[in-house]
Amino acid sequence: MISVENVSKSFTLHHQGSAVIPVMENARLKVEPGECIGLTGSSGAGKSTLMRMLYGNYLAASGTILIGDTDVAQANPRQILELRRNTLGYVSQFLRVVPRVPTIDVVAEPLLRTGTPPEAARHQVEMLLTKLRISRTLWHLSPTTFSGGEQQRINIARGFAYAFPALLLDEPTASLDASNRETVLELIEDAKDRGAAIVGIFHDEAARERVCDRQIDVAEFAPVSAS
Amino acid sequence: MTPLLKVEDLAKFYGKRVGCAGVSFDLYPGEVMGIVGESGSGKSTLLNCLAGHLAPDTGAVWFDTRAEGLRDTITMNEPERRMLGRTDWAFVHQHARDGLRMNVSAGGNVGERLMAVGARHYGDIRMAAADWLGRVEIHEDRIDDRPTAFSGGMQQRLQIARNLVTGPRLVFMDEPTGGLDVSVQARLLDLLRGLVREMNLSAIIVTHDLAVVRLLADRLMVMKDGHVVETGLTDQVLDDPQHPYSQLLVSSVLQV
Repeated sequence: MISVENVSKSFTLHHQGSAVIPVMENARLKVEPGECIGLTGSSGAGKSTLMRMLYGNYLAASGTILIGDTDVAQANPRQILELRRNTLGYVSQFLRVVPRVPTIDVVAEPLLRTGTPPEAARHQVEMLLTKLRISRTLWHLSPTTFSGGEQQRINIARGFAYAFPALLLDEPTASLDASNRETVLELIEDAKDRGAAIVGIFHDEAARERVCDRQIDVAEFAPVSAS
Repeated sequence: MTPLLKVEDLAKFYGKRVGCAGVSFDLYPGEVMGIVGESGSGKSTLLNCLAGHLAPDTGAVWFDTRAEGLRDTITMNEPERRMLGRTDWAFVHQHARDGLRMNVSAGGNVGERLMAVGARHYGDIRMAAADWLGRVEIHEDRIDDRPTAFSGGMQQRLQIARNLVTGPRLVFMDEPTGGLDVSVQARLLDLLRGLVREMNLSAIIVTHDLAVVRLLADRLMVMKDGHVVETGLTDQVLDDPQHPYSQLLVSSVLQV
């Protein structure tokens, strides 16, 4: 489902002496449907950079990033938008939404975008929010004022509302208490059972051991020139 | 799929000075494109050329018309272009008063555009106007008030209602949230996003507010000195800008 080959990345900082910072070389990984891969490595090793390239958020300097049959490294914006709408989900650590939009609508958005009827979308969202223990009194408020843990769960609900065939998870359990962490891990296991290919970053070692089938240390992809 | 709008090598000069030059892009149905750049970068010139308000010096702007498919709107005759402006196109000005008739009631402002495309039944027109005022969250009992009695945010929403009542397929927006305070901006952004999704609208939004494009636009075009220096997926251009000018633009935003 996800296949990365020969991917490299460098940043050129035009306003800081045109410094060129190579951050990754020859990155490669393969994720089959129903499989979860954990990215490991110390802070700054390039885990998030790799995730962002998979999502099309960062441009890869070279190589191929196949998600389904779309090569994210070559695709035009329209193809990437299409991919993000129907195939590739992303749970980031940060919640970025239009202010003043009610939580329930924020979570329903990915469903509505794929053409799910509003009634069905609403039903699905209510189920997820309940499962993730977001108090019903918050559903009609904007998540921008919520606590960190609540915002994270809103992000997770958004990512899992629609059954994406491929999922990227950036520290999905980071600021959660034990019971919510358990719920999220179950959501990940359910997604694997239905055949989703998942790439995740988990600092929570126990969580990583439990849901990941394999782990990849991104230090392997460190550029030769930088090490 | 046919693009809704196809722009080829568009250029506009003011004497020897470049307004905009070498602009080409395709816009597909349901897509929202943002154009960013500092004042004087040519983004408003470009928007006005696209919308038929300014005659470009070279280039073509193909629009997928309902009746005849792709037509070059630059070489189209004036009545045809004006008809597009009243039906399939909409233009939301930065200052609502440029897009509204200030001495006509709110209902009249919305109804006028319907009458321009042939609606004659008073009851139907008033009902459509009331419906659209509701959609942009203006209370129905304000239907007979003039826009002069409205706040800036309400005027802007009225302008949007007036523009969208004829069910356009392409909306040009020039700094739509420009003069509004932040709380009103957010509400307007949400409204626009909903309308884009429900009506499968395509839109081209000129703004210098990067936060606005991040939330509204699928794709982004960065302009400098009349030229397009970078294009791409909105979040990619904002998070991993390649051109020196885009990097400067993104790194100059003050964090709240």
